[in-house]
Amino acid sequence: MNMILPTASISATPNGTTRPQVRIVIVGHVDHGKSTLVGRLLHETGSLPDGKLEMLKAVSARRGMPFEWSFLLDALQTERDQGITIDTTQIRFRTRSRDVVLIDAPGHAEFLRNMITGASQADGAVLIIDALEGVRDQTRRHGYLLHLLGVKQVAVVVNKMDRVDFSAVRFKEISDEISAHLIGLGVTPSTVIPISARDGDGVAEHTPRIAWYTGPSVVEALDALEPARPLAQLPLRLPVQAIYKFDDRRIVAGRIESGSLKAGDEIVIMPTGKIAKIKTVESWPATPVNGPQGAGRSVGITLDRELFLERGDIIGHPGQSPRDTRRIRARIFWLHDKPLTKGEQILIRLGTKESRATVVAIEKAIDPGALSNEENAAIARNHVGEIDISLAQPVATDPYTENPRTGRLVIEVNGRIAGGGLVLSVDAGRPAVPVDIVPVESALRLDERSARYHHNGAVVWLTGLPGSGKSTLARALERRLFGNGGSPILLDGDTLRAGLNGDLGFSPEDRAENIRRLAEVATHLARNGHIAIVAAVSPSAADRAAARRIADSAFREIYIATPAEVCETRDPKGHYAKARAGALQGFTGIGNDYQPPTGNELTIDTSNRSVADATEEIERMLARTGILFDELSDLAANI
Amino acid sequence: MDHLDELEAQSIYILREAFARLKKLALLWSLGKDSNVMIWLARKAFFGRVPFPALHVDTGKKFPEMYAFRDRFGKEWDLDLRVEPCPPIDSVDPTLPPAARSAARKTEGLKLALVKHGFDGLIAGIRRDEEATRAKERVFSPRGLEGEWDVRDQPPEFWDHFNASPPQGAHLRIHPILHWTEADIWAYTKRENIPIIPLYLTKDGKRYRSLGDSDITFPVASTASNIDEILTELDGTKVPERAGRALDHETEDAFERLRVAGYL
Repeated sequence: MNMILPTASISATPNGTTRPQVRIVIVGHVDHGKSTLVGRLLHETGSLPDGKLEMLKAVSARRGMPFEWSFLLDALQTERDQGITIDTTQIRFRTRSRDVVLIDAPGHAEFLRNMITGASQADGAVLIIDALEGVRDQTRRHGYLLHLLGVKQVAVVVNKMDRVDFSAVRFKEISDEISAHLIGLGVTPSTVIPISARDGDGVAEHTPRIAWYTGPSVVEALDALEPARPLAQLPLRLPVQAIYKFDDRRIVAGRIESGSLKAGDEIVIMPTGKIAKIKTVESWPATPVNGPQGAGRSVGITLDRELFLERGDIIGHPGQSPRDTRRIRARIFWLHDKPLTKGEQILIRLGTKESRATVVAIEKAIDPGALSNEENAAIARNHVGEIDISLAQPVATDPYTENPRTGRLVIEVNGRIAGGGLVLSVDAGRPAVPVDIVPVESALRLDERSARYHHNGAVVWLTGLPGSGKSTLARALERRLFGNGGSPILLDGDTLRAGLNGDLGFSPEDRAENIRRLAEVATHLARNGHIAIVAAVSPSAADRAAARRIADSAFREIYIATPAEVCETRDPKGHYAKARAGALQGFTGIGNDYQPPTGNELTIDTSNRSVADATEEIERMLARTGILFDELSDLAANI
Repeated sequence: MDHLDELEAQSIYILREAFARLKKLALLWSLGKDSNVMIWLARKAFFGRVPFPALHVDTGKKFPEMYAFRDRFGKEWDLDLRVEPCPPIDSVDPTLPPAARSAARKTEGLKLALVKHGFDGLIAGIRRDEEATRAKERVFSPRGLEGEWDVRDQPPEFWDHFNASPPQGAHLRIHPILHWTEADIWAYTKRENIPIIPLYLTKDGKRYRSLGDSDITFPVASTASNIDEILTELDGTKVPERAGRALDHETEDAFERLRVAGYL
């Protein structure tokens, strides 16, 4: 048997500063020979420490068991006692061209979590199949998990060929079956190799017993697997790990998952959509560092302005930022004893972000080990499925097809990882699902309140372009109603965005959610007898229609129809100027279309009338539509 | 990025995750080459400052060169150094073989330090290539209430998502250099110019590859007088790194028993 021994000419620097390092996981059904293959590979490549083989032979003899190559890897007493691999292990050896980290994963279904732990670290995989037993449930399951874990390079070995008399026919049967299965998952095996790990055939060399086979040996196949490369070509994704203030610097720390960044770059922080510039890239001992920092680097940056950001945010470049969403469709594997069911409360981790979440739908649930797939309402342990998740907070993410690093998530139950999977798609920010809500009613009756305030509750909704005069009118109306003994409460869109709606950006989904929350709060006030005055651009007719549905008969919509040119001239908050300069994306007024209302209770153009005049007109409308009582108007007239 | 850059970036990521997710961390500083690299990585991760204590669980039997190193660099690196003594040998499991029993004092010292300080995370510089049971470790490795390691029920860990919620009263071990090799440690020590204890270099034809208690640690034959020569030597050797650590070799499962009980 030829030995491929490391020689001085391979590399002067051990464990490669120049030699590529590739991590390869060995997977497959229990007892199909994973650990044996690994042991054989170590032996064939001359990688065993001195004395190790002799020690293991002595151990075997002492136990009265035949020598097993797997004893090399099964380091735990219980593993050797039971003859099975319980947990994954890693061991290194070298081939002609590279350093290999071999990850030996357990094949027993009981230890699937350990197989996943091992396989998730691999650049490539070797799927091993017993020639006698053929494709089994763990073979299929492991194949499916390689797909879910994103391991794309897979070599298949058909082991124990000695048990089928090195039959080319049997080999082809298995080869065809597993190739069809893997290709169905989108994983094309790089090669299928007949071997006998115990005897060495096909591991490092071709032997006469497999003379009919002309493809690569296992060692040659391993040499062809490539290390995974950092995602340098994709858009920048820097998930924020922490913000450090150890000295006068405020350093945003994280690892670049894809793309690159450098000082001076304009960046956008998702999911909030805030814009800033990178002032410096900090390091130690020398700082700051110049030049671009690429994918895979752990970095620290400072920004040109003080703004609120937190662990879990993702930094990207404007125009290429990740999505923000509260709703995700994911394809997951499930490892927890208790099946995952619809309605379950879980914790999601996406990069460095964590969010509580609810499983709102289970679309598919299958046993990837079984041949026929059953649809189920729950995803059982070691099964996979597709689920819809509603998140308690907005998160930044990408579908995994666009970014495999930021498009994957894990699910935690009781502080322990219970599953994981791929983000298939992200959806509009739909509301979280309420659970076990028991509303408590007020102790006061509405007529008690209206007797004191001399009005009924209402939601007075002022809509119009930025600068149209909504806030000014709202404040004037508030003062007037209060002066008359009423109970007006101002709900200004921008003010609420600073707190209650601080998690929302300006995507159509977030705008809709912003309006929904405004409408809910305003309606609550109205139902308790107050007049809620909402001043919000609320450009979408559909969103306002939703607000009207929420507030129902208490809703009074007032369109502040000041012409756009006038609004832009006023520009009280400087937004038009910024938007024209390109610094404000998604600004209603010059970018997004404002949809004027139809069926509104009142229209007011503030360009040609005084605030007092306009306020009075609103009051008259409120009186006319049954919100303000006549006697109150009389009272006001007499003051 | 070269190989060392990748190792460094991953370790920094792990250290920052530990700091973000645990309440009270300490870094176990054994004064050896691995934990010195780990301190260096922590300084990189946190921009020059190690924001948690460096804990030396002291058996009292280290080499004088190690104590000199601790006293000098504890100050130079501005570490929040905590030295905790180990209890006498009488308090240690008498069924362990002699060297392992001696080493197990460190486990007991560690338990006392945990109780005293209430740490919920201990950062330890073990590596997978050192020893077979360490190869089965997680990056974030939960420990039981008595500090024990349940190797039969390790949680899943993938995609750099770590289980960081130890039960009340238990702690986590965090292993930021689990994926490094002995040669990586030396290549990085050289590149970054990290100080080393001279015991690692040849003296009278021998040097220490791994440093522990002076009475149960032995040098190996070597002529390596600098890091380059150490790297060349490692490239050709088939002698395991911990060959000179008596506690590993007394019985088949001595080291596993130590680790299950909470040893590093």
